Amino acid sequence: MSRDDESVGYITSISRPVKGCAGDTGEWRVFRPVKDDDKCNNCLLCWVYCPEASIAKDTLEIDFQYCKGCGICAVECPTGAIEMVKEEKR
Amino acid sequence: MRVLETGNHLVALAANAAAVEVVPAYPITPQTQIIEMVAELIVEGKMDAEYIPVESEHSACAALVSASLTGARAFSATSAHGLAYMHEMLHFAAGIRVPAVMVNVNRALGPGWNIWCDHQDSISQRDTGWLQVYVSSHQEVVDTVIQAYRITEDHSVLLPLMLNLDAFVLSHTYMDADVPDREEVSRYLPGYRPLWKLDPRKPVTHGSVVYPVDFSETRESMQLGQDNARSVVSRAAEEFRDVFGRWHGAMVDGYLMEDAEFLIVAMGSIAAESKVAVDGLRARGKSVGLLRVRFFRPFPIEELRELCAGREGLLVIDRDYSYGMEGALYTEVKAALYGHQVVPARSLIVGLGGRDVTHELIADYACKAWDGQLGEITWGDSHITRAHEITREVLCEFEELLDT
Repeated sequence: MSRDDESVGYITSISRPVKGCAGDTGEWRVFRPVKDDDKCNNCLLCWVYCPEASIAKDTLEIDFQYCKGCGICAVECPTGAIEMVKEEKR
Repeated sequence: MRVLETGNHLVALAANAAAVEVVPAYPITPQTQIIEMVAELIVEGKMDAEYIPVESEHSACAALVSASLTGARAFSATSAHGLAYMHEMLHFAAGIRVPAVMVNVNRALGPGWNIWCDHQDSISQRDTGWLQVYVSSHQEVVDTVIQAYRITEDHSVLLPLMLNLDAFVLSHTYMDADVPDREEVSRYLPGYRPLWKLDPRKPVTHGSVVYPVDFSETRESMQLGQDNARSVVSRAAEEFRDVFGRWHGAMVDGYLMEDAEFLIVAMGSIAAESKVAVDGLRARGKSVGLLRVRFFRPFPIEELRELCAGREGLLVIDRDYSYGMEGALYTEVKAALYGHQVVPARSLIVGLGGRDVTHELIADYACKAWDGQLGEITWGDSHITRAHEITREVLCEFEELLDT
């Protein structure tokens, strides 16, 4: 990567939208999304809407290190394939 | 085009000439005329810009930041309590490193409720990272709006710029001024070329979490932007003179400074009034000049060290106060000279809440300061007011009330 000399020293709070850019947000989770593969039609809306980018595009597997349990995927799912289930003490 | 207009309307015309593309704004006296005229120009098809009416100044500044992040040339205007309400977003704008120009029509902060001029509003935002310039004439209002975009959009700066003009003295008085058209301005100020912008092809988040391990460097980088602005300000003023033939100074401006034994140091319209004071003092054989601080951020450190060398004294005029200390300009001037020049300085606090500051008053205090008759800090034109009387009356009434 190279830039003009004029921008050397220019540092700001910028980040790319990648999994884990906000830390281990999985620790926040109270409700866990549970997917019913029989109802899922692979429309990828959950992948589009997930704010933590913690749903894999190819397998639709959820990375629970970063899934914060916000439930947006469950709300957006057009077939009702995702249920939010309260996390229990293990 | 020569026009006869108020300072506020000249701001709107200059923003149009500078090809501003997005204007998020919220009305507040004494700034409202600016955004009213911008709205009119857009409705009449004379200005090609998006006007975003927002629900508060906090949102105005947030929209200003966002508009600039999309790569648009953004503009806003505010005053006093509106600027104070923006405070959090002012830090955000500077910290995110977006160029933008916002005009602040300098007005006192209440209480006591007051719509008239002083510099407390912008001085209170001194440490937000914004560049700050103070203008002293109608033509300088026009020319500085145009210069401001050259400065804020420079890739070595990329910090937002606050252009300060004095309420009513400049904002509501009519004066003739030359407003160059868009084509003339485009030769001096080409379209905004962003270093980066929000683009779905390359999604990024601005203003995200920065941990202690990285934070200090982002702040050091802001100071580097401020330092770089010094030469950019000078270049913008010099090239403006080459294209338009007008000069209002760069980091500082001066009047009869060269041979002066004593200098008045001031900002804004008080500096313009001080020129008349200097003329009067010169007529009385007193060798006085004016050093006008134009840019307050970045502060003209080198210019002050050079221009104050060998003077017999300074009278620094503040239209603001840092409570528990002294006038802010006085602090900065002394800090710039410390360890470099030994020049006796006196501080004069005048013009708060719009009180008139006449050239006679300035000349009188300059003479007293030079003759050693002033203490270090003088609250100028101080007298028993109606506020004293009412406070005393109410205190007496309550004394009786609480005794029964």
